[in-house]
Amino acid sequence: MQLPLGIEVPIPTFEQFVFIQVALLTAVAALAVVTSRNLFHSALALTLTFFGVAGVYIFLEAEFLAVSQVLVYVGAIAMLIAFAIMLTRSMMFGRTSPLNNQWGKSSLFAILFFSALLAFARATPWPAAGEEVVADEALIGQLGREFVTTYVIAFEVLGLLLLVALVGAVMLARDR
Amino acid sequence: MQVTQWSEALSGWLMGLGLPGWAAIFLVYAVGSFILINYGMLSVLLLIWITRKAISRIQDRIGPNRVGKYGLLQTVADAAKLLSKEDITPYEADKIAYNLSPILSVFGVLMLLAVIPFAPGLTGVDLNVAALYVVALGSIGIMAALMAGWGSNNKYALLAGFRVVAQLLSYEIPLVLAILTAVLLTGSMRFGQIVEMQSLHVAGFNLGLGWLGIVMPGALIVFFVSSLAEAELTPFDLLEAESELIAGFHIEYSGMKFAMFFLAQFLNAWILGAVAVTLFLGGWQGPGVGLPVIGPILGLGYFMIKVYGVYVLQQWIRGTFPRIRIDQMMYFAWKVLVPLMIGLIVAQAIIQKLPTPVAIQYVLIFIANVGVMAVVAYVLQKYFREEQIRTKRSFEPTSLIGGMQVSEKGTMY
Repeated sequence: MQLPLGIEVPIPTFEQFVFIQVALLTAVAALAVVTSRNLFHSALALTLTFFGVAGVYIFLEAEFLAVSQVLVYVGAIAMLIAFAIMLTRSMMFGRTSPLNNQWGKSSLFAILFFSALLAFARATPWPAAGEEVVADEALIGQLGREFVTTYVIAFEVLGLLLLVALVGAVMLARDR
Repeated sequence: MQVTQWSEALSGWLMGLGLPGWAAIFLVYAVGSFILINYGMLSVLLLIWITRKAISRIQDRIGPNRVGKYGLLQTVADAAKLLSKEDITPYEADKIAYNLSPILSVFGVLMLLAVIPFAPGLTGVDLNVAALYVVALGSIGIMAALMAGWGSNNKYALLAGFRVVAQLLSYEIPLVLAILTAVLLTGSMRFGQIVEMQSLHVAGFNLGLGWLGIVMPGALIVFFVSSLAEAELTPFDLLEAESELIAGFHIEYSGMKFAMFFLAQFLNAWILGAVAVTLFLGGWQGPGVGLPVIGPILGLGYFMIKVYGVYVLQQWIRGTFPRIRIDQMMYFAWKVLVPLMIGLIVAQAIIQKLPTPVAIQYVLIFIANVGVMAVVAYVLQKYFREEQIRTKRSFEPTSLIGGMQVSEKGTMY
């Protein structure tokens, strides 16, 4: 499409059009997490962000990752955060300010972190469009095999960590 | 039999008419989801009618019989009544959470319809991770309940919301493990393929009776019990307990918002039944589904008969079982169902690695299922007998007096 001033504006394809919507939703929700004055609304916005990220995974044809994202982040992490907020009484009723006296330093670090991410993203050799990618069920099978062969120690240690956390929670909660 | 997806066939036809590819696919999926969602919403009218009729018959009543033939339009009348009710927002309610929650609860349930294979080739989308998708969407319902409990600005609603989260998260684990057994046996998370695997070819004719539920009765029973809990149906409906508690997390809702929770609940029960049918009761498989033209129609018929059969079974349980306490509910999930399922999965994984023909493996899995269930039933029976003796002793008049003075272990004082 040609604009009057000679600027070339590419017309997005249908896929790009949907992607822009998903990306916008993710970004706006992420912004709402940090700007919302109500902590519970922040948690809800965070859940929406998780959904948006799952949508991005679907665009990358990684359905398994997308569904796992919803299962783990929405099903467990978001619920945990919501519970933690509800159980802290002062936050439950009061309205918190999104800013505190450390906002200057933290924004500096946020900018540094973002530029580091940007540099990494530009330096990574991404697979070119149209390249053959292993998809579908073969990928899930491969993932499972990797977990019990190459990454077996990390996998087992993570399992152990979760078990320890579970036992710890039971120890804290049991009545003496 | 080569199964053609309805979406591929239709979009191919539309592209033949000269539509660009993306528009044809978009149109086909838009129409498909429109039909699917409206079917889901409207079938609730029928589901509520079935529930009312089934429960009234169990309780020796007639049930609704005034509006329409056999009271079929009673639910329509109720919906009209609910629409005309005042929409109340409680004082100082969290408006976003309060208004979003009913929408989310229906959304989470309706999204499940997308992966259910209704007939050969008639699936919204044959997702390669359908089994996981079903589990993942359950978390939206939990989130909705929590938001409703929080947003209502009512402590009873909030407490009930916590209870919902506890119950649904606990019963999600045996549910997932039961799904895992089916996935383990078929080697696929694709619902289409899981149903395909449940065919039974005898002399080239598809009898369609190779149901996984026959091979794995234990997993089927655990799935059914946990789906009852997930759908908040009677032995596990202590979240609502309409007659003694105050309706749980949606106490503050009125009018159509309340109706949406109601709708989500009934539809959830039906869809979990559909998932049970897909995974364990053969989906659309049945005698003669391999036939060329009549096959898919027969498949749709078999599927619907099975799913509504499971739904009636759920209502039957609803009409006969007493409600259990919350500690019993948690006990049952964590100390009975989860160990049972882990035992089944370990047994099945070992059996599937044995160097024997598949048919013998199936027989061994069946034996393992029955064996594990028998062990669990034996342990439970022993526990309940001890429990019975203990409670009886504590209520006997002589021992009560003794118990008051001596305060032995196990007596109530």
